[in-house]
Amino acid sequence: MGATGIGAAIPRKEDHRFITGKGRYVDDINRPGQAYAYFLRSPHAHAKINRIDTSAAQNAPGVVEVYTGDDIAADKVGGLICGWLIHSKDGSPMNAGPHPALAQGKVRYVGDHVAVVIADTLAQARDAAEKIEVDYEVLPAVIDLANAQSGAQIHDVAPNNVVYDWHLGDKAATDKAFASAKHVTKLQLVNNRLVPNPMEPRAAVGEYEEGTDSLVLYTTSQNPHVARLVLSAFIGLAPEHKFRVIAPDVGGGFGSKIFIYAEETICVWAARKIRRPVKWNCDRTEAFLCDAHGRDHVTHAELATDAEGKITGLRVSTKANLGAYLSTFASSVPTYLYVPLLSGQYNIPAIYGEVMALYTNTAPVDAYRGAGRPEATFVIERIVEMAARELNMDPAEFRRKNFVTQFPHQTPVIMCYDTGDYDASLKKAQEIHDIAGFASRKAKSESQGKLRGLGYSAYIEACGIAPSAAVGSLGAGVGLWESAEVRVNPIGTVEILTGSHSHGQGHETTFAQLVSDRLGIPIDNVSIVHGDTDKVQMGMGTYGSRSGAVGMSAIFKALDKIEVKAKKVAAHVLEASEGDIEFKDGKFAVKGTDKNADWGTIALQAYIAHKFNGQELEPGLKESAFWDPTNFTFPAGVHICELEVDPATGSTTIEKWTAVDDFGNLINPMIVEGQVHGGIAQGVGQALLEGAIYNEDGQLITASFMDYCMPRAHDVPSYQVGMTTTPCPSNPLGIKGCGEAGAIASPPAVINALTNALGHENLQMPATPERVWKAAQGARLRMAAE
Amino acid sequence: MAMTMKGEVELPADRETVWAKLNDPEVLKVCIPGCQSLEKTADNEMQAVAKVKVGPVSATFKGKVTLSDIDPPNGYRISGEGQGGIAGFAKGGARVALTSADVGTKLSYDVEAQVGGKIAQLGSRMIDGVAKKMADQFFSNFAEAVSPSATAI
Repeated sequence: MGATGIGAAIPRKEDHRFITGKGRYVDDINRPGQAYAYFLRSPHAHAKINRIDTSAAQNAPGVVEVYTGDDIAADKVGGLICGWLIHSKDGSPMNAGPHPALAQGKVRYVGDHVAVVIADTLAQARDAAEKIEVDYEVLPAVIDLANAQSGAQIHDVAPNNVVYDWHLGDKAATDKAFASAKHVTKLQLVNNRLVPNPMEPRAAVGEYEEGTDSLVLYTTSQNPHVARLVLSAFIGLAPEHKFRVIAPDVGGGFGSKIFIYAEETICVWAARKIRRPVKWNCDRTEAFLCDAHGRDHVTHAELATDAEGKITGLRVSTKANLGAYLSTFASSVPTYLYVPLLSGQYNIPAIYGEVMALYTNTAPVDAYRGAGRPEATFVIERIVEMAARELNMDPAEFRRKNFVTQFPHQTPVIMCYDTGDYDASLKKAQEIHDIAGFASRKAKSESQGKLRGLGYSAYIEACGIAPSAAVGSLGAGVGLWESAEVRVNPIGTVEILTGSHSHGQGHETTFAQLVSDRLGIPIDNVSIVHGDTDKVQMGMGTYGSRSGAVGMSAIFKALDKIEVKAKKVAAHVLEASEGDIEFKDGKFAVKGTDKNADWGTIALQAYIAHKFNGQELEPGLKESAFWDPTNFTFPAGVHICELEVDPATGSTTIEKWTAVDDFGNLINPMIVEGQVHGGIAQGVGQALLEGAIYNEDGQLITASFMDYCMPRAHDVPSYQVGMTTTPCPSNPLGIKGCGEAGAIASPPAVINALTNALGHENLQMPATPERVWKAAQGARLRMAAE
Repeated sequence: MAMTMKGEVELPADRETVWAKLNDPEVLKVCIPGCQSLEKTADNEMQAVAKVKVGPVSATFKGKVTLSDIDPPNGYRISGEGQGGIAGFAKGGARVALTSADVGTKLSYDVEAQVGGKIAQLGSRMIDGVAKKMADQFFSNFAEAVSPSATAI
């Protein structure tokens, strides 16, 4: 390992730019003559649009155009798509209702796009939007999962508002396991709806280049190539070769910027209509209303155990709220990203999961950090903890007894775990956490009138998304490989073009570390190019903790080709045979001699092409590769949360947090630790603070930071982070991925600790002080009696 | 955002006077906080414009006000629905009942209101407080308007 190579905890190259305000985000992009878009949004959750009168708005000062759903219909603009086809139990395809970029005849959630005003200034566009008259015929709104099937029908194609009624696993075998179980643990839980809230709200600038009849879209995307593919092939705005999508610096996404939304579609479509660039920037309330939300499940789960405390079966039934329309990957989240993870780290012979996905008059729900896997982990880690408590077993020992220990391990629900050492992570976490000292810490808390609890979460996730053919067989509309191109310049500096997209992950550093390590060149001689479809040919973007495992593997593969080619050049330069050339630490040497040439010399020679016959060996040094993984990767670990509850106020303080993760090999341990920290904070937010609430009329009453509580620095402790390592066998770097682990692991750790402190299981997320206070009253009485 | 509010006030005037004033758009216009115009458009129907501020959202609502269940001089139901442009909408009604009391007339009211859009998203925690304050203002204005010392409007 060099000072800047693989495994070096070096500071991020990109941070200087970001913290000195030199980042270039979409809102920093201003094109000559640009106009501004403002979207008129529905104030009603469910209503028929009888009439829209835009005439007063059309004539308002500065207004260029006002468009409604009729205009996009007239232009044959395709609807927004959902790219993963799920089939119901009966074999029928999911009921996907049309999703026009501007409402056509009906609005289906508060915030739905009714019309767009494009004007010279944003203020003029807003003012003109006030003048649009919409005659709504308000319909009953469907908000709750509990009432969704009996409520008003939202889409003509979806009777009872059912998107699909899907299942996975062997029902008969699972029922049999339950029939012969010694003990059955039952759990009813809610996985609360979350608003993603990236620091940078979404934005778009659409531009039409008349001379070439082509489109340019600057957008806050985690996957600009996927955006171009969808906008070209499905929405039909322009063919790909006449369509450039640029996602420059992007300030966080957490999944919400994977999807293709109405706003960017309209900006780039309208730019061609009005022959002027069109800019839109989301305000925070719009982000609350219209960014795809996360989670929102109601689940009943049952765990069967035998006389020895071994798990024999798991049965899970979930209702998933997908909101008013199917967002880009919405259908995959509560199905293939969820049920296949229900086996957790455990050897469970029989698993059956069924999921009914429902439309409601709420914002679309799609992938949010972890996407399906946090929901699965919450189910399995809560029910395992409860089972241990019911069986009077130590929760750690119960887990240990049921851990998968032989690899590869085929679960009954698709996944084949390749490698891991779950006991090693548990052991290390217990050591770091000082489990032995918990009893005395608890006694001390109690002497001060406080309740102390400890909760485990032994999570697993499927990352490195994903083998293309495998996901194709499960309904994915795309392949999930990644591409890379390595361009070596004549002076030996290197540009890496990647289909991954960095929006906070630090790729400019970690990807450069890989190159520095491999080629023996300084990290500053490497630049990472991403986020522009005119530069990078094709790519699938960043989500599902895939950029290390899949994106870097593509770079690795391209670097292999570079090395082969460079050795050929070196053989000519050093007048030796190709087989005798060794490449190490940035030097090409002839085996057994002192003849050598450095990296820069060979790069230059490759372009000068004086030392070899250009017909036999192509000049230049540039290679590309596509990497399609052979399996998912399976990061896993153990988190321990220890907290204190004040039964008088219901306030919860997290006192100690230990995270031991097995992410396989690490490129930059500091960045990895940062991802763990951020993920835990997000999970703590879900467990204690966050929750998107619609009232009975479908009004989002948590639509600002006044009412939606994000975690703050004082809500989280100083984390103790440790690692164990079993290198991933399915990619050349042995990487598993770390971006989502914290958010996946942490909610059950918090609730397990809280229920441990309170002495009963009846507590739903977010465990706000009010809920905790109510739940603590029983414990308070017990304490008083003692 | 459904909101309900009940209350009663004692007014220093007899029931007939109170009833007459309750049916006089000019009186209502002066008494409704933020009311910019209130015009009779038909029997028992008025067109209103009112400016309302809820928390950070300030909006001008335009809409129709309807009187129903008219039972002189015992009471009526007043209901309305207003569009506040991009601030959202408000709709609701109040059942107003008049009974004779020692000091004059007791007016009791039972309000139900709903708001939607931005005003619900940003102002939901303040809605009840704002509605209470507006009701207080309305009735203190109205008490003044019906008191014998009031200058004729």
